[in-house]
Amino acid sequence: MSYVIRRLRAFPLVLIGVSIIVFIAIRLVPGDSITAMLGTEAGLLTPQQRDSLAVYFGIDQPWPVQYWRWFTGLFSGDLGVSVTYGKPVLTVILERFPLTLELALLAMLIALSIGVPAGVFAATRNERPADLGVRIVAMIGQSTPSFVVGLVIIYILSAGFGVLPTMGAFTPIWQNPLQNLGQMILPAITLGCAFASSVTRVTRSAMLDVLSDDYVRTARSKGTPERQVIWRHALPNALVPVVTLSGIEFGYLLGGAVIVEQIYALPGLGRMVLEAILQRDYALVQGAVLFIALNFMIVNLLVDLAYAALDPRIRLEGR
Amino acid sequence: MTSKFKYFLGATTAVMIGLSGVAGHADAATLRMAWAQDATGLDPHKQTAFSSLRLLELIYEPLVRLDADLKIVPGIATSWEFSADGKQLTFKLDPKAKFQNGAALTSADVKASFERILDEKTGAANRANYLSIEAIETPDAGTVVFKLKQPDAPILTAMTDTNSSIVPASEIAAGTIGTQAIGSGPFKLEKWDPNSKAALVANKDWAGGATGVDGIEISVLPDETAILAAMRTGQVDFALLNDPLIATLVPKEPKLQLNRAPLLAYHVLQLNPARKPMNELAVRQAISCAVDRQAVLDTASLGEGKVTGPITAPFFASDPNSLFCYKQDVEKAKKLMADAGFADGFSATVIAATGEPPTAAAEAQVLQSQLAEIGVKLDIKMMELNVYVDTWLKGDFDMAVALNGGRPDPYTMYNRYWTKNGNLQKVSNFADDTLDKLLQDGRAETDPEKRKVIFAELDKQLAEKAPWIWLYTGYGYTAQQKNVQGFVPMPTGSLVSLGKATVQQ
Repeated sequence: MSYVIRRLRAFPLVLIGVSIIVFIAIRLVPGDSITAMLGTEAGLLTPQQRDSLAVYFGIDQPWPVQYWRWFTGLFSGDLGVSVTYGKPVLTVILERFPLTLELALLAMLIALSIGVPAGVFAATRNERPADLGVRIVAMIGQSTPSFVVGLVIIYILSAGFGVLPTMGAFTPIWQNPLQNLGQMILPAITLGCAFASSVTRVTRSAMLDVLSDDYVRTARSKGTPERQVIWRHALPNALVPVVTLSGIEFGYLLGGAVIVEQIYALPGLGRMVLEAILQRDYALVQGAVLFIALNFMIVNLLVDLAYAALDPRIRLEGR
Repeated sequence: MTSKFKYFLGATTAVMIGLSGVAGHADAATLRMAWAQDATGLDPHKQTAFSSLRLLELIYEPLVRLDADLKIVPGIATSWEFSADGKQLTFKLDPKAKFQNGAALTSADVKASFERILDEKTGAANRANYLSIEAIETPDAGTVVFKLKQPDAPILTAMTDTNSSIVPASEIAAGTIGTQAIGSGPFKLEKWDPNSKAALVANKDWAGGATGVDGIEISVLPDETAILAAMRTGQVDFALLNDPLIATLVPKEPKLQLNRAPLLAYHVLQLNPARKPMNELAVRQAISCAVDRQAVLDTASLGEGKVTGPITAPFFASDPNSLFCYKQDVEKAKKLMADAGFADGFSATVIAATGEPPTAAAEAQVLQSQLAEIGVKLDIKMMELNVYVDTWLKGDFDMAVALNGGRPDPYTMYNRYWTKNGNLQKVSNFADDTLDKLLQDGRAETDPEKRKVIFAELDKQLAEKAPWIWLYTGYGYTAQQKNVQGFVPMPTGSLVSLGKATVQQ
């Protein structure tokens, strides 16, 4: 347990670091909230008009003062107010997050349920035509960008079949599960495609390693049925690299799969951050990046804990 | 096993999509609309983005509006009149005009709205157009009198802008403009989930009469390919399109109709006459002669548009062929370069915004190759829109590829750039006595025919002095299902006529 506590203790430090970097980075980009709102018309403002808009957007103070204001607000759970949405940043994030979380979970579910069996299948037929076939499909899947997959799916459905899931809105799963899945399944498949391909490849090579290990040979020589050797003995050990991969991918997906959200017009976290950056909605960018960083750290911690559960040789306490 | 699983997945997908399609089927009396870019805020006095104005103009109303021919027609005001000396402008308000909170719209609201625009603390975008206002008087609830410091004909056109909408005096006092949208327009904003969805419902009290639909449901579909797909499947009735590439695909769909309206906004290559060697008239003219405008239009924009002179409003525009060097003449260009002492050419940087307009990069590339013929070596610098705007406002460029918004009145369109105290003098970097005088004359003159003569001269002067190289105007595109009727495309890109559009069952 002390391991978890040690890891958790590092969280605030990392988050402060992230917040400072984001704070500075977004302000170093030329253009501010005023030019983002008014565009070229910002040139028509008198100096007084510009000053009062700066006060309105909270960018009238020097950076350290702005940061300090924001940082102290953080402790009372106040991430500031988004100027484009006119709502507290935390509310906006929590409105958008369920979609992204669901999308990431679905994509991972699809990736694992295709990738793991496919990888095992290929590994047990090493260097035979079936193996080659799986590897080629995986290679294609991995090298096709998700926007291509997404656009092809949309094109085929709309031009070929005249159907399309409703786009632009999001129905939470607890309101209408069927409609929700109808909206989410295609984006999830689009995202899951490349993800499944990498899972297949990692599973295959890990499985090949494990299958040549001594304990597998022992199990076989004891006359254990082949099926049991593969699924019961070998697979759990082969899963360690798969878990690592999935952890990293999942972390990225929680940051918002910007392109897929853009193509399928899903109001998720990724598009929200993109829009916030374009609008120079500083508070929203800061809050969202912080939130994404926190997610990433939690996922990483869970991945490390999963190692120990999967492979008894890995002990976290001892290190 | 894998293949079985995939089959299962495919089958469930099909079923789910089918079901969600049935569940999502909307009432035909609601217009389902899609656009790629959402509004960025609700304060009609501050929002200037094209996308924001498209939403706000359905909710708020200005005193007067423009029709499809850019003639001024009644809005909140039913009639208006300049005094003989041009220094007083009187409006009679529509007695039926009502705000969406139920309150009657009176002259006090008009006065309060204009005072808000004029107040520097507001940061209103349109303030610069109203500096000639000396006082606003309200003799009775239905009459507003603007007293002007000098004759100002274009002020009336400026008042047609959504940025000059009338908002309730009570909301100004409460400080809720921008958080709540209460106007007097055809639709009420029921729900706004930025960058996702907006719901508008018909305003039963609208002074303009009954609307053709019960409401408008707006989806933000950021990818225009997806908008086309959604139209193909009948999920969307009406859509706004930006990319000529997508728009030209619409007529291939039998159920869809594409509307094209020539826009006032113009594509232009801005030179910076404050920088060497663009400070030389001969160099600027050489660049103008070297550019084949039609080729830029054909290559960058698939020929979707027409070559334009400086003034784009149809009533005031001159025939481009009558303007200086509008036919490409490379020999003349080379001679002008040699006269100016740049026979070997020079190098310069041209800035352009990524994706805004979608044709910007292509335009920069065509211009690069055309100018190479006279030895001008262009280095293209693509920038994210906000970075571009920032650089542009500082005038920190040799040349800039731009899409600038047009105005129905040449004065409001160009006084900012070409009068000596124009707000965007820093961007144009070009002050000139003749241009200044022509604009001042055009402002004070109230007779349209005489104004036409003045602005024709302005057109000619601008083309000859070539501070910028005007290229072409494009189209504004909307696509609709053929059962949508009554929408009138406008040169301003405005969607106001949706107030009367209907969806046939």
